Amino acid sequence: MQTKKMTFNHRWLPYLLLAPQVIITIIFFIWPASQALYQSLLRQDAFGFRTTFVWFDNFQRLFVDDLYVNSLKVTLIFAVGTTLLSMSVALLFAVMVNKMIRSRDAYTTFLVWPYAVAPAIAGVLWWFIFNPSIGILPYALDMFGINWNHRSNGDQAMLLVIIAAAWKQISYNFLFFLAGLQSVPHSLIEAAAIDGAGRVKRFWTIVFPLLSPITFFLMVVNVVYAMFDTFGVIHATTEGGPAQATNILVYKVYRDGFVGMNLGSSAAQSVILMAIVVVLTVIQFRFIERRVNY
Amino acid sequence: MASIKINNLGKVYAGDVRAVEDINLDIADGEFIVLVGPSGCGKSTLLRMIAGLETITEGDLFIGDKRVNGLEPAERDIAMVFQNYALYPHMTVYNNLAYGLKNRGFPKDEIEKRVQETAKMLEIEQFLDRKPRALSGGQRQRVAMGRALVREPAAFLLDEPLSNLDAKLRVQMRLEIKQLQRRLKTTSLYVTHDQLEAMTLGDRLVVLNQGNIEQVGSPIDVYNRPESLFVAEFIGSPSMNLFSQADLDGPTNENAAKHLPEGTDILGLRPDQLLFEAPDTPHIRLDCKVALYEPAGAESHLYLILNSNGQHVTMRVHGEPPVHEGGDISIYAPVSAVHPFNSTSGRRTD
Amino acid sequence: MVENNRWGNILAHTILIFGVALVVFPVYVAIIASTHPSGTFLRGTIPLLPGGEAWENYKTVMFEGRSRAGTPPISLMLWNSFVMAMAITIGKLSISLLSAFAIVYFRFPFRLFFFWIIFLTLMLPVEVRIVPTFQVVADLGMLNSFAGLSIPLIASATATFLFRQFFMTIPEEMLEASRVDGAGPFKFFKDILLPLSITNIAALFVIMFIYGWNQYLWPLLITTDPNYYTIVMGIQRMVTGGDSEPLWHLVMATVVLAALPPVLVILFMQRLFVKGLTETEK
Ligand SMILES: Nc1ncnc2c1ncn2[C@@H]1O[C@H](COP(=O)(O)OP(=O)(O)OP(=O)(O)O)[C@@H](O)[C@H]1O
Ligand SMILES: [Mg+2]
Repeated sequence: MQTKKMTFNHRWLPYLLLAPQVIITIIFFIWPASQALYQSLLRQDAFGFRTTFVWFDNFQRLFVDDLYVNSLKVTLIFAVGTTLLSMSVALLFAVMVNKMIRSRDAYTTFLVWPYAVAPAIAGVLWWFIFNPSIGILPYALDMFGINWNHRSNGDQAMLLVIIAAAWKQISYNFLFFLAGLQSVPHSLIEAAAIDGAGRVKRFWTIVFPLLSPITFFLMVVNVVYAMFDTFGVIHATTEGGPAQATNILVYKVYRDGFVGMNLGSSAAQSVILMAIVVVLTVIQFRFIERRVNY
Repeated sequence: MASIKINNLGKVYAGDVRAVEDINLDIADGEFIVLVGPSGCGKSTLLRMIAGLETITEGDLFIGDKRVNGLEPAERDIAMVFQNYALYPHMTVYNNLAYGLKNRGFPKDEIEKRVQETAKMLEIEQFLDRKPRALSGGQRQRVAMGRALVREPAAFLLDEPLSNLDAKLRVQMRLEIKQLQRRLKTTSLYVTHDQLEAMTLGDRLVVLNQGNIEQVGSPIDVYNRPESLFVAEFIGSPSMNLFSQADLDGPTNENAAKHLPEGTDILGLRPDQLLFEAPDTPHIRLDCKVALYEPAGAESHLYLILNSNGQHVTMRVHGEPPVHEGGDISIYAPVSAVHPFNSTSGRRTD
Repeated sequence: MVENNRWGNILAHTILIFGVALVVFPVYVAIIASTHPSGTFLRGTIPLLPGGEAWENYKTVMFEGRSRAGTPPISLMLWNSFVMAMAITIGKLSISLLSAFAIVYFRFPFRLFFFWIIFLTLMLPVEVRIVPTFQVVADLGMLNSFAGLSIPLIASATATFLFRQFFMTIPEEMLEASRVDGAGPFKFFKDILLPLSITNIAALFVIMFIYGWNQYLWPLLITTDPNYYTIVMGIQRMVTGGDSEPLWHLVMATVVLAALPPVLVILFMQRLFVKGLTETEK
């Protein structure tokens, strides 16, 4: 990796400069992570007196555990749902805003601020609106004959957390799509127009393919967001329920480790999550590298 | 102010890249030295070793009487003007000039006095409160000069300081730099690509080639008596015509060869040393075809093709040539004008 | 524009106005709800027009807290959030600037190794190592403290990489010129590097303040003493704590207060925010 051609000569100063970052990283990141790795291979008896080394038994148990398999499934649905909903709405907004000349900034201002709202708060806001007894939306849905109760209906609970999580993420996706759209060279669109492509066709054959690197990047970012940053949405609203319907992996690790005190299993779940983050990070960085190169 | 003494100086970059080899040079106090050479020959490397921006891997460097090999740039009492100026973009012009003085612990009023004086000398007083971004290229160049001048260093080091300016400004700044240096009498090293800067600025010219000194001398000496084939080709524009002895036949040329020094097999003739009429003294005769006539005001160029081997010959002429494009012509030069070289050693033979 | 279709524009405006309404709606409802007395929520649906109890409700959550809302007064939690967010932001910026400076402007043994250690933080978010991290913090006696709330979160690969990237774009000659001018590493950092980085610092400041303010899982884990509750996690205790229906008017007043500071930061520093977001790429 590069440095400047000319550098300062100093024996210990660079280590001193790196020390705060590296020490914190080792104490609060690497050490706990390696603990998780280690604990994932152990099992404690019910009283915490004896620990035995069980190799990969914790992992094997997880994959035959219905609750864990269910959590994987729930996480997948939640991540895909959040990503799709948030990205498609954001793309629609970005395309529309990009057409505007005078009102562009005004719309942008109205669309960016949900980024600042904490996931937990986003959850509470939608939880309130969908509140089965006093919420506005259940009231409206009732007129269509739909009975909304996310406290007993798992699908509805899932829909609720997806909406809350996606709502918060619209701003982020919108800004990236808008930046992407603004970098599409206008001459290309004009060339396509001269070639006889209509508005819709121009979008899908010229603009959208040019957006594909950003779309891909956002997909990764959104999946990461939905998997790891939405703890608050779940915890402040459904708490994984009803009947495990919204028990995403991150929430389950927390419950099993903190409330259930099942350390070995919780550690094994942590390790699996780490593996997922590693894969997603690698994908994301390879992509960024490519983008830097062209 | 100080003299600079360079003894057996060499530089090998990481990865065994040799940039400069065994350089010896004594620069007198107050002298203006110009370093020229083709791209990649090590000019910047040499200058930056003197500045302390590159470590010296071989040899010794003295500024004044002090060996400075291991010293930081700031401890060498030199100032440098960079090609892209390297002005601090977030500081005003005033602070750009003052920064080096502040770091050296000058008192406030002394800093104020020096900055004002320097600004006045360079006519940048009205810009002192501006940031570099708000200046034109020429003005930035002046500020860069000012940052060097304000320190009153023992030596100025300038690395192609004018190459980012347009042609007209470059001429103007060239003259100003020359006048400034005459007035301040500060030892200066100036790196350039530009033939005109090289010929006009320096007291002495140092021609570098692949990390070695080819020749050192006053610009006019180097022009009139290039010591090697490399210098002969590199200095002068358009460059010197070089003929292989073997390609010059006929009794006239055979006679001329007798008057050339032992070992000569390459004959060099500058474009302005060629004549349309044969002189009375022993001379060279070149039978050519006229390829192109290029009138350019005061000095025009005639491009010819030598019949014996088809090589291109450039001749400087005043006014219309006697023969039209496509016609045959013989041109001449007295043996006394010939720069004789040996192709194996690459050196001059007289 | 290739062709300016009038109906197309009207359609676009319609979609956008509808979209903006959709985005704003939850917050509008929250603001409205926070202005009603508690009685309103006992019958029927959430009101859509403001009530007259705004002052009363906000005063209650701000200063009375516990007895009526089931939490400490919000003012304390707001303060805690602010301290935590500022500590995280300043901490992240400082240590990232220092590490980037070391990585770009020094050559030393194990440089690459340290770079990878910092890179690892990207792959290890708190969420995947909850229990062991909690154990470390507990062992260090940092539970229920501001140090515990902030220090474990201030390692930042993102900021380090951004500064590294920015430093690499600063011309080589900037360092050379300042060395000729007599600046050592500290002077160069303070007089040249920091001032040149100021927009990047400001942009990251916005992003990281929001990140710090919105922390949820971490304060939830390590605070049991209500004096260290932060507002974002505090809300959860109001919503799910107890068996009865939450006191919605007070919850919503709290929600509004909790969301306000970061939203204001974004609105007032939109340009920096967009720069920070799109340039850090995460
Ligand atoms: N940091 C470095 N590491 C390795 N090799 C280098 C380095 N800097 C320069 N060189 C090599 O050293 C040689 C001399 O470079 P230098 O920059 O001194 O040339 P120069 O005469 O100034 O050329 P120019 O006229 O193009 O500026 C070149 O071959 C160059 O590739
Ligand atoms: Mg150079």
